[in-house]
Amino acid sequence: MALADKDRIFTNLYGYQPWNLAAAQARGDWDNTKDLIARGRDAIIQEMKDSGLRGRGGAGFPTGMKWSFMPKESKDGRPSFLVINADESEPGSCKDREIIRHDPHKLIEGALVAGFAMGARAAYIYIRGEYIREAETLFAAVAEAYDAGLLGKNAAGSGYDFDVFVHRGAGAYICGEETAMIESLEGKKGQPRLKPPFPAGAGLYGCPTTVNNVESIAVAPTILRRGAAWFSSFGRENNKGTKLFQISGHVDKPCVVEEEMSIPFRELIEKHCGGIRGGWDNLLAVIPGGSSVPLVPAAEIMDAPMDFDGLRALGSGLGTAAIIVMDKSTDIVRAISRLSYFYKHESCGQCTPCREGTGWMWRVMERLRTGDADVEEIDMLFNVTKQVEGHTICALGDAAAWPIQGLIRHFRPEIERRIAARADVREAAE
Amino acid sequence: MADRHPEPDSPALRARWGSFAWTPENATKAKEIIARYPAGRQRSAVMPLLDLAQRQVGAEENTQGWLPLPVMEYVAAQLDMPIIRVLEVATFYTMYNIAPIGRFHVQVCGTTPCMLRGSDDILASCKAKGMKKGHTTADGLFTLTEVECMGNCSSAPMVQINDDNYEDLTAERIEHILDELAAGRQPKTGTQEPGRHTVEPVGGPTSLTAMVSENHDYRGEW
Repeated sequence: MALADKDRIFTNLYGYQPWNLAAAQARGDWDNTKDLIARGRDAIIQEMKDSGLRGRGGAGFPTGMKWSFMPKESKDGRPSFLVINADESEPGSCKDREIIRHDPHKLIEGALVAGFAMGARAAYIYIRGEYIREAETLFAAVAEAYDAGLLGKNAAGSGYDFDVFVHRGAGAYICGEETAMIESLEGKKGQPRLKPPFPAGAGLYGCPTTVNNVESIAVAPTILRRGAAWFSSFGRENNKGTKLFQISGHVDKPCVVEEEMSIPFRELIEKHCGGIRGGWDNLLAVIPGGSSVPLVPAAEIMDAPMDFDGLRALGSGLGTAAIIVMDKSTDIVRAISRLSYFYKHESCGQCTPCREGTGWMWRVMERLRTGDADVEEIDMLFNVTKQVEGHTICALGDAAAWPIQGLIRHFRPEIERRIAARADVREAAE
Repeated sequence: MADRHPEPDSPALRARWGSFAWTPENATKAKEIIARYPAGRQRSAVMPLLDLAQRQVGAEENTQGWLPLPVMEYVAAQLDMPIIRVLEVATFYTMYNIAPIGRFHVQVCGTTPCMLRGSDDILASCKAKGMKKGHTTADGLFTLTEVECMGNCSSAPMVQINDDNYEDLTAERIEHILDELAAGRQPKTGTQEPGRHTVEPVGGPTSLTAMVSENHDYRGEW
């Protein structure tokens, strides 16, 4: 069953039409937002829970449940905050950018509704620094919303006071981690905090805080308007809704597209991307959820459902649904080694296993790429990834380990072949 | 971690930048920025103020802009922060240039999604134009950096030059863009693929086709 255009949430995804308030309202945004808010906090959270929406930032935590962790009322006078994670930096991910530059009012309306549901006093949208033009659009859209009385005192006539502020990052992948983002918002280096305390207890400025991905927030108003039953009519059990997929790499036509969750990989690629470059026989492997998840070999992914559970069953994950496709021309060891370099570059330096381990892993990966290594080093590298994984404050260490583990699991013969070929050359030279 | 080293303090640096102060326009902007954060939390404004300062330096010397130590001290004083806390932020976040930079900062994305689509060719084209990673050309025009994923993966490969992205590049397309910039002209930004609007599949969207020609309201079909 194909997703119909009328059931797509991000109707201006490609930016053929203006992003501004008037155009967004003509598409249905900010339509009687007051009534959504009048349903009350508990009803909104219940609807979000019933919709089955799982966080779109990668971890897939149920959004409604996350909102419900916020204190019902402040016992000590501390305000609550909503922080919206627009620090999209996971290699392969490019969906929040399209939302922000083409449909910013969905995000801003979502911020108000979500902020109200969790009792937040204000939302900070943390947008990655490199999204310069996108941030300009977002600043302008927020200003429009204030001018129209949709934000600020008595936002949208709801009787609720709510502010939205935009905060630009400055080029640090780690700030996509929720506590690093909070540190960065406070004007510090973006180094993750230990948990607990969790942000819902003590987050931004020590106040209760929820951090949500852009897509999770931007879909909320539409879910409330059309109902949980509508949203949960898409996708398999436990993997409900529609989703922005971002396809890059070796397909004929890379694109961003909103589709039903659980769509089979082959259908997604055939329908929107014009197929695999060189045909399906030419497919080598796919990284299905952004750089942090292990790759999946061609045979296993071809007919797999693209959702949280389907990809977990393949030893990988949906992540942000950033699908990196690699055909048989790919130097697969180099492709993963380049990701190792990424993690080395982006490690914040706080925890020793990650700070030292990411550089170490990258250097060994580079030697495996050229074959300048001993066969035993493959297992040694695997063991080191296991020593980094789970031994750091945040998940960046895990994210650096998993792609390498996926490579060794699925492409060990290729690594061994390179080592043997290099050894032959060396012997011949002697 | 990224290896980054600030331009060392020197009498010449002090002489050039010691009297840095906001332009009247930026002074107003700085006030607006600080007002976004709760009272007593003005330190949160350090990132946007450093960006503003870098842009002002850039405007003064006709480059992308960077952050000399005296400028960081100016920001620290305004926010009542120890200078080391400002320096930490400036060195941690890679978009703050902490050493002098050229007129155009050519940032070629080299992470895997761009690599798969040919970022090697883009880097080679830049090098053929006399650029070298981490260096500024002798005429001060171009500084080349290989950067990590910029979030334009469905229109890869891409470069960001100062505030604009150039996507769907080939060797010829980046060479044309660099030539235009060098000649003082502004090339078309965004995707360079003829006929492509943004991140729809090349050749036209496979969904939401009604949106191409009009601001279609789908609510009537719900």
